Amino acid sequence: MDDSQDLFVGEDGRTRSVTVDLYNDSSLQVEISDAVSERDKVKFTVHTKTNLAHFKKTEFSVVRQHEEFIWLHDTYLENEDYAGIIIPPAPPRPDFEASREKLQKLGEGDGSMTREEFAKMKQELEAEYLAIFKKTVAMHEVFLQRLAMHPILRRDHNFYVFLEYDQDLSVRGKNKKEIFGGFLKNIVKSADEALITSMSGLKEVDDFFDHERTFLLEYHIRVKDSSLKADRMTRSHKNVAEDYIPISSALNVLGTQESSAISRSFIKLAELFEKLRKVEGRVASDEDLKLSDLLRYYMRDSQAAKDLLYRRARSLADYENANKVLDKARMKNKDVKQAENHQLVCCQKFEKLSDSAKQELIDFKVRRVAAFRKNLIELTELELKHAKVRAKATFCARGSAHHTVLENSKM
Amino acid sequence: MAAEREPPPLGDAEQTDFRELEDGEDLFISTASTLESSPSSPEPASLHAEDISTSNGPKPAEILLEDDREDLFAEATEEVSLDSPEREPILSDEPSPAITPVTPTALVTPRIDPVMFERCKEELEEEANGDSFDIDISVSDPEKTSLSIFNKKEFSVKRRFSDFLGLHSKLASKYMHIGYIVPPAPEKSIVGMTKVKVGKEDPSSAEFVEKRRSALERYLERTVKHPTLLQDPDVQQFLESSELPRAVSTQALSGAGILRMVNKAADAVNKMTIKMNESDAWFEEKQQQFENLDQQLRKLHTSVETLVCHRKELSVNTAAFAKSAAMLGNSEDHTALSRALSQLAEVEEKIDQLHQEQAYADFYLFSELLSDYVRLITAVKGVFDQRMKTWQKWQDAQAMLQKKLEAEAKLQYANKPDKLQQAKDEIREASPGWEGKVQQGETDFKQISKTIRKEVGRFEKERVKDFKAVIIKYLESLVQTQQQVGLFFFLSFVKDSVE
Repeated sequence: MDDSQDLFVGEDGRTRSVTVDLYNDSSLQVEISDAVSERDKVKFTVHTKTNLAHFKKTEFSVVRQHEEFIWLHDTYLENEDYAGIIIPPAPPRPDFEASREKLQKLGEGDGSMTREEFAKMKQELEAEYLAIFKKTVAMHEVFLQRLAMHPILRRDHNFYVFLEYDQDLSVRGKNKKEIFGGFLKNIVKSADEALITSMSGLKEVDDFFDHERTFLLEYHIRVKDSSLKADRMTRSHKNVAEDYIPISSALNVLGTQESSAISRSFIKLAELFEKLRKVEGRVASDEDLKLSDLLRYYMRDSQAAKDLLYRRARSLADYENANKVLDKARMKNKDVKQAENHQLVCCQKFEKLSDSAKQELIDFKVRRVAAFRKNLIELTELELKHAKVRAKATFCARGSAHHTVLENSKM
Repeated sequence: MAAEREPPPLGDAEQTDFRELEDGEDLFISTASTLESSPSSPEPASLHAEDISTSNGPKPAEILLEDDREDLFAEATEEVSLDSPEREPILSDEPSPAITPVTPTALVTPRIDPVMFERCKEELEEEANGDSFDIDISVSDPEKTSLSIFNKKEFSVKRRFSDFLGLHSKLASKYMHIGYIVPPAPEKSIVGMTKVKVGKEDPSSAEFVEKRRSALERYLERTVKHPTLLQDPDVQQFLESSELPRAVSTQALSGAGILRMVNKAADAVNKMTIKMNESDAWFEEKQQQFENLDQQLRKLHTSVETLVCHRKELSVNTAAFAKSAAMLGNSEDHTALSRALSQLAEVEEKIDQLHQEQAYADFYLFSELLSDYVRLITAVKGVFDQRMKTWQKWQDAQAMLQKKLEAEAKLQYANKPDKLQQAKDEIREASPGWEGKVQQGETDFKQISKTIRKEVGRFEKERVKDFKAVIIKYLESLVQTQQQVGLFFFLSFVKDSVE
């Protein structure tokens, strides 16, 4: 099972560190080798390398858009065969709106900025845009890679089509009726979910699932909250970093205007702010990657796990109903055979689902712990690195400020 | 002879390192002080001054500083002989240590603490405005100061906010029009005050009181640092006397307040109409310089204010995240991961503290300094404007004299002896006649120009010192916080990797 991948370390190029688990299976390797952002859509180039017999070629590429990913995800969801599997969460829609708006505002902008300030702001915003772009690529890629790694899901026919079929899948976006239908479905689902999870009549035969249910319900809420707060914190960090730009610029102007002893101090301070800006910017983006993205992913993944539990609960309800029907039939001695068959079917379905779900949930935990551990350690390492850079820069600046003071007192 | 006071350092009294006075010259070195002539007596306003100026002979005027050192040597002996012990120390001018070199180590270090909140509230209920503040003043080496009033080393008085405003308004009316840069007082804030009055015991009103206290402290320090202002009786009374008459004229809607507003408007209009022939390049240069400085400082100040705001936000958000992470850690059923998340939460909480501290430093060191200087430069510009007004008065007097002379000439031709006499009187005999007025105008103009030159010189030195000190302090604060961040993460890393 693939962990959440950590796709870029640093801002240079697309260096990735793909976590490969123990069952390294290279028989089907999927990656997004290229992506192009056009006006309002992104085109991903999905590149597959495989030695599986089913495929016509060993290496091939297709171009896919976001809607086609969603279509693929939905087909998995709707497939009864996969009811006992945690379906990897669909990647979020690429959203460059905010970033584009900011760039636009900057362009229309503000005559009050100096040329350097403007250039720096532009650079910041472009970097932000690029980061969002990279992230959306990563999310889509992770989705595909999890599918490719899963022993059952990878064999899905639609998946093959998705990877191989070099024409447009003509997956139209959901029309209004479908969206509304989907919306209704969600309401019904969550109502059912609530009903089922609270129904005491439903005998939870398995301690394992009982525990998992309690755990997942709470965990999902908490991780959602943390994801939100982490986002806000990251955003604030970015704001502070951006604030350093006009400060540094104004200090520079003051330093050059000034003919007195403090001109050098101003310039040194301006330099420091510039250095700090870069560091703070990196801290913010690292926090975003290691923390916010991680939390966000597990918010979605834990939702998928919850969905699995719900499906199992529904199957259990069906099974219970079938039992009741069978009892009634036996009492009335009518349609007993039919009822028996039905009950058997339900029982089998339920047990198969339960077994699969158990394994899936265990895997989920392993995956989750590994991902958190990896990201937390990396985050700490990065924060340490940045803290050193910051400390050094401020230390030096202070040193040179003292130095100029001493120098001037000799003058 | 007045001993000069060493400028008390801005902020803590303990930080003596910032008094290195890097420019090498210490305005207030002992040698200079012995060369000081009697304290400057601002002409019209202070009644006492008149006596001294007449009794002191030739130069009744300024404190002569480093540029005139040569002359001062000669002058000094003169002054000393004139200073007679029996002369009334109206300006508390004790001449006793005059002959011996006086080391002006006397420090007037006002420190201000606000009264306890409860008492504050009581006062507020009675009075219409103002917090009450305790001023702790410490004067070191009181025997060596010539101001006999500072007999005790340390003493304390209570003052209201309106008292500070009253002091400033008195000083401004006495000194600004002759070219002294009077430090501006902190501004009134209706919003802030109402909050405090309403008695809200929330952090924002505590913040407001602290902000105000700090601003008042800086204001007072700047005022007493100014050698001329420290000599002023109003300042001394402010520092010393246990009770002050209520400064009613500082209220915005009082008669005096309205008069002030009208005057300000009139000034603004006049400024536009005065076209001065600047003969002195120095003034032109300086004005341009201050204009540029003003612009840049305002810009920087706005940016720093934004930074303060965002850093506070960052602190709030970090705290929220820390709590959330702690809760997540609690619900995580994998024990090691749960521990790790709790650690993360702890680290983030500590970092939040740091953000708060940094924001505090950002504000009190950086932002407030900038806002102080923005207002100080407005005062400087005001002083330049006063010079223009003085010039204008002089020109007006000259124009008038011209007219009167022409009229006199005409009358001479017209042969009207009585009217002619009258005209002559107006020109020469009357006190002050127009000739006299022109002379006075010229003197005034030269005087204010000279004063401004010195004031600007002093101002620039102070400015350099202030900024240097603050920059260093600010860097210190940054170093502190950065080091701690590193430490926290290092510790948590160590714990993590054990896992």
